[in-house]
Amino acid sequence: MVAIILVIIMLIAAVVAAVLKDLLGAVIVAALVSLITAILFYLLQAPDVAMAEASIGAALETVIFVIAIRKTERFEDK
Amino acid sequence: MSFLNANTYYIAAFGLIFIGLYIVMAKKNLVKVVIGLSFVDSGINLLLISIGYIKGGTAPIFSRPGISPLKMVDPIPQALVLTAIVIGVAVLALALSLVVKLYQQYGTLDIRKIRGLKW
Amino acid sequence: MRKIIALIFLAILLWGITKPVSRIPFGTNKIKVAEHYITKDITETGAANVVTSVVVLYRGFDTLGEVTILFIAAIGLASILYLPRKKVSDEVLEESSLILRTGCRFLFPLILLFGAYIFVHGHLTPGGGFQGGAIIASGFALIFLSCRERVVSTVKLGVVESLAGMTFVAVGLIGLATGGYFLLSFLPKGTLNMLFSAGIIPVIYVAIGFKVGSELAGIIGNLMERTQ
Repeated sequence: MVAIILVIIMLIAAVVAAVLKDLLGAVIVAALVSLITAILFYLLQAPDVAMAEASIGAALETVIFVIAIRKTERFEDK
Repeated sequence: MSFLNANTYYIAAFGLIFIGLYIVMAKKNLVKVVIGLSFVDSGINLLLISIGYIKGGTAPIFSRPGISPLKMVDPIPQALVLTAIVIGVAVLALALSLVVKLYQQYGTLDIRKIRGLKW
Repeated sequence: MRKIIALIFLAILLWGITKPVSRIPFGTNKIKVAEHYITKDITETGAANVVTSVVVLYRGFDTLGEVTILFIAAIGLASILYLPRKKVSDEVLEESSLILRTGCRFLFPLILLFGAYIFVHGHLTPGGGFQGGAIIASGFALIFLSCRERVVSTVKLGVVESLAGMTFVAVGLIGLATGGYFLLSFLPKGTLNMLFSAGIIPVIYVAIGFKVGSELAGIIGNLMERTQ
């Protein structure tokens, strides 16, 4: 049951990241997707992978994306 | 409902892969494309881990005596995915450095306006 | 037009994928190779964490290749973003606030300690070189983002990284010299669930932890500094 709710939230977040025009917002929502993926790994009895995904997907990837957006531009033009 | 219950993780994995592929194919902003690639990455990792899962299994760690080895989930996909995640972030950083260089060259992130190599 | 083509392509892909995947029902027992690894793990390697012994010993060659891919990606990033020395960004840096500086000074050593704990205990508990290295790199990301007056030298990170990589290869070669094959576990196995056990697994995982941590920190540093 927990897994179904998490999966629904994750897929909605992924669609939101696809639709948003603000790239910074899209990156933050993508970090949410990574975090929920980490919880799903934990539920699938893979604690090693869950730790790697939580520290890399939610922290380092976001930092790298934010640096790249700061060097380029923030809004996707229409 | 039982279909949903039985295949939750497969649906999650393929949902992520398809959303990511759609972003890669349909979006025109380069940073968005890289976000889509990262979604495909997590989706494939989730698929591999859920293939290795066994119902009622325990994590493959002998943390206390008395854990039966026969109830453990498959450790090989976990070992593969562990390294794949770390490589994924390095490749993502490489892709973003290319994006930054393209922005410095052309002043835009829109792939329709970057036509240096098109005839 | 582009979206329609994309959706058609994805529909074809979905139709093609459902058939093979429906033959792999979720949650059933399908272990064949892994059965050997799980049942023989304690007698053969002496590590409590089976994932660790698969990553470091049974498939140690794979791990060496994957660490090499990481290294090549970092080199590619540094050479794409190459700037001559004098041009490296002298943009005016904003002073970080007192709260940010104090918090960063307080948290950075704790993050390093936690990362070291994770990769030293890699053969006993969940965790290991890759996770610990990622945690250490996120500590360096904190320094790069919030504590700008404390300069981290990417050259020194590169030195640490290549020393760690050389340790990995050297330990593997010692195994080749003494026992006959690469990455032979030539150290005593010890007792299960003790810190000094499991042969060469802790040595290699500590090396991988240093390598991944300095590599990812160097990637972030290059992205921050080498671009305007």
